[in-house]
Amino acid sequence: MQAKPTTLKVLDIASILLLAAALYLALIYAPEEATMGQVQRVFYFHIATAWTGLLGFVAAGVAGVAFLVTKDQKWDIVEVAAVEISLVFFLITIVLGSIWARPVWNTWWTWDPRLTWAAITELIYIAYFMLRQGVDDPSRRARFAAVYTIVGAASAPITFFVIRLVRTIHPVIIGGSDPSAQGAFAMSPEMELAFFFALFTFTVIFVDLFWNRIRMGRLATRVEQLKLSVMR
Amino acid sequence: MLLQSTPPDTSTYMIAGYVFFAVIMGIYLASFILRRRNLEQDLRTLESIQAESRAPVAPPPAKVKAGAKSRSARPAAKRAKPARRRVTRRK
Repeated sequence: MQAKPTTLKVLDIASILLLAAALYLALIYAPEEATMGQVQRVFYFHIATAWTGLLGFVAAGVAGVAFLVTKDQKWDIVEVAAVEISLVFFLITIVLGSIWARPVWNTWWTWDPRLTWAAITELIYIAYFMLRQGVDDPSRRARFAAVYTIVGAASAPITFFVIRLVRTIHPVIIGGSDPSAQGAFAMSPEMELAFFFALFTFTVIFVDLFWNRIRMGRLATRVEQLKLSVMR
Repeated sequence: MLLQSTPPDTSTYMIAGYVFFAVIMGIYLASFILRRRNLEQDLRTLESIQAESRAPVAPPPAKVKAGAKSRSARPAAKRAKPARRRVTRRK
């Protein structure tokens, strides 16, 4: 067993401290939004988790390409780590969005292009783990998974840009909203600080979890190899 | 002033959102720690099994003086017994 690197220990502690600071900024420091009220505070973590979720799906696609080029199993470990963490973050994004939509749009869910694409993206990556479970041979499993993540990574930019390309009720915070969007608002400097700080915090948390998950993946591979050598 | 409306009370939704966030992150981190702990346990067990199987073969018991058996020689001699039994069964 390899000891945890000092940098990773520092990153673990920094993540906790940053999360506490981001919570303070989102819940206390940022002012209450005039039209939506307190529920608008959900938006800080909604966007931050969406950013890290989509970032991870793209990172998984890049790892998939790296695996197909190098045939090195370490890229398969990186790919699984990215997808797993992003799946959790993106689930939080979807549910936080739904909670925000209930008082603002007067519905928990609507088949708006952004919401639909977000749901499709989440389902694509749930299916990714089902695919991995269905293939026993490790090299074949890694190859299939790599191709799948490369194709699946296309869903991340589509989810991001769909509100900028198609008529939708989902507001666009950075850049102009569609006139039919509901729940758009202008950010005050305090809100901007809370927003960008949350983005930074979740990027650090993502890197921290990603590193820890890669280490766990390496450990799992070592256990698997040992099992095989003991059985021989 | 009279025309100014106060924002609606949507604090329940905000609390629900942050509670959901905390619960999901908590579940994920707990599963993460549990999986890591299980893998570490598996690794320790497998390494000890591998170390046992790689242990040097014990010297033949005839060379050891009667009554002066060392503690380390005893388990090795015990380990050698099942192998002999297997050979006799095949015959």
